[in-house]
Amino acid sequence: MPSFMGFRRPDGRFGARNLVAIIPSVTCANDVAQAISRQVQGTVAYLHHQGCCQLPPDLERVTDTLISLGRGPNVGAVLIVSLGCEGTDHARMYEELRATGKPVEIIHIQELGGVTKAIREGTDIARRLAISISGLQREEADIAHLVMAIKCGASDTTSGVASNCVIGAVSDRLVDLGATVVFGETTEFIGGEHLLARRAVTKEVGQQIYDIVDAMETRAKSIGCDMRRGQPTPGNIAGGLSSIEEKSLGAIAKSGTRPIQGVLDYPDFITDQKGLWIKDTPGREPEILTGMAATGAQLMCFSTGLGAPQGFPSMPVIKICGNPHTYARMEEDMDINAGLVITGEKSIDEVADEVFAKLLRVLGGEMTKNEAIGYFSAIDIHCLGPVI
Amino acid sequence: MAEQLVALQVKDADNVATIFADDVIPGTVIAILDPSGTQTPLTVRDAIPYGHKVAVRPIAVGELIIKYGEEIGVATHDIAAGAYVHVHNLDSMRGRGDLERMTQEGVQDA
Repeated sequence: MPSFMGFRRPDGRFGARNLVAIIPSVTCANDVAQAISRQVQGTVAYLHHQGCCQLPPDLERVTDTLISLGRGPNVGAVLIVSLGCEGTDHARMYEELRATGKPVEIIHIQELGGVTKAIREGTDIARRLAISISGLQREEADIAHLVMAIKCGASDTTSGVASNCVIGAVSDRLVDLGATVVFGETTEFIGGEHLLARRAVTKEVGQQIYDIVDAMETRAKSIGCDMRRGQPTPGNIAGGLSSIEEKSLGAIAKSGTRPIQGVLDYPDFITDQKGLWIKDTPGREPEILTGMAATGAQLMCFSTGLGAPQGFPSMPVIKICGNPHTYARMEEDMDINAGLVITGEKSIDEVADEVFAKLLRVLGGEMTKNEAIGYFSAIDIHCLGPVI
Repeated sequence: MAEQLVALQVKDADNVATIFADDVIPGTVIAILDPSGTQTPLTVRDAIPYGHKVAVRPIAVGELIIKYGEEIGVATHDIAAGAYVHVHNLDSMRGRGDLERMTQEGVQDA
């Protein structure tokens, strides 16, 4: 049974990283969170744009998502930076994160007397938190403790059959080993939802898949857009896609072939669920990466053809490039060359072996290319209603 | 980069493969690669652009066209092994949103 060296958390999970998360409870606290994070080694800040002047369901969604981010196994300690008058529930964030057994602190900018005082106080707290968790040693953890997120972005003709099929093969192996795999991008299910629904373990789960696609299309229709009409586009057809099913399946291919156990809502943190899961997310990088990190994923495998370089502050992202020309041009940002599949130099299974080995090394501490250059500040929380 | 002319068949159940080679014309011999790396030669019958599909075995009219191990449409004609498979001989079973839009609005861009 494969294993990895991870940081044991009080809830029994194993982290691939040991970070102090600086969590602004609202976008108005971002500058303070960022200043603290810049000053203190071993910290990351989630600089999102939500948390005030939103409708109650969205405020609850933001609160829940921020709690889930703090619960993530790559996070060893948390500092919440609150403004004081925000719409999110900072008191609940503090209480629920304290209940995880991790060190958690909170500061309020208005109460402390302004920005510079909050930066001073927050820096001092973050410094102490960082030192307190820095001596933690890695321990051997069974691969069943892994929650892997998957995604594709900046796709091209190669993505469906090369990099997505490679990730699909890795996904199947992990599910068979008792680990958890989560995929999203509900928008891309359009036209293929019936094929996903028949992989669901129950009729109810199948219906949930139809429901999340329908809800997403309904939101688009409410502002006058029919997302199904016009698919596949003339550009898709010129590129070789013959039907909407084929287009959808190209994206779905990265989920592999195993049964779908259930559908998670965007803010949900995965508890003891194993196997393959769907999370209802959009496809855009800042929102899906945040949603996947909030699931509790220790890492993400990210398929690309044209070269999407984004990452996430507390979740290493392994870039798997299906286009050999892009890999040659953007090797500094791409971890794995799945383009060797379409040049006939390696099989899908051989590249999947390579990804699997890389994934174990990254879980054990090896940096991804994205992590090494720290290209991960553009994050956000996916909300549904208007900003008011 | 290898000079080989290849087409990728991503699942054993698939009856089409995606061509990753330029200048494929009638009579060109390409290597069909399966997920484990096994290569099978196939003589192509049509000109097929890069990224488009070729039938890896004969497909009868009405038969499902399978890619990624799932159906991507149904054959509207008998298709020989080595023939080009695209919108001229494959029909979506989920509708052609693009054609509906053209009919309804008289537009072709999307």
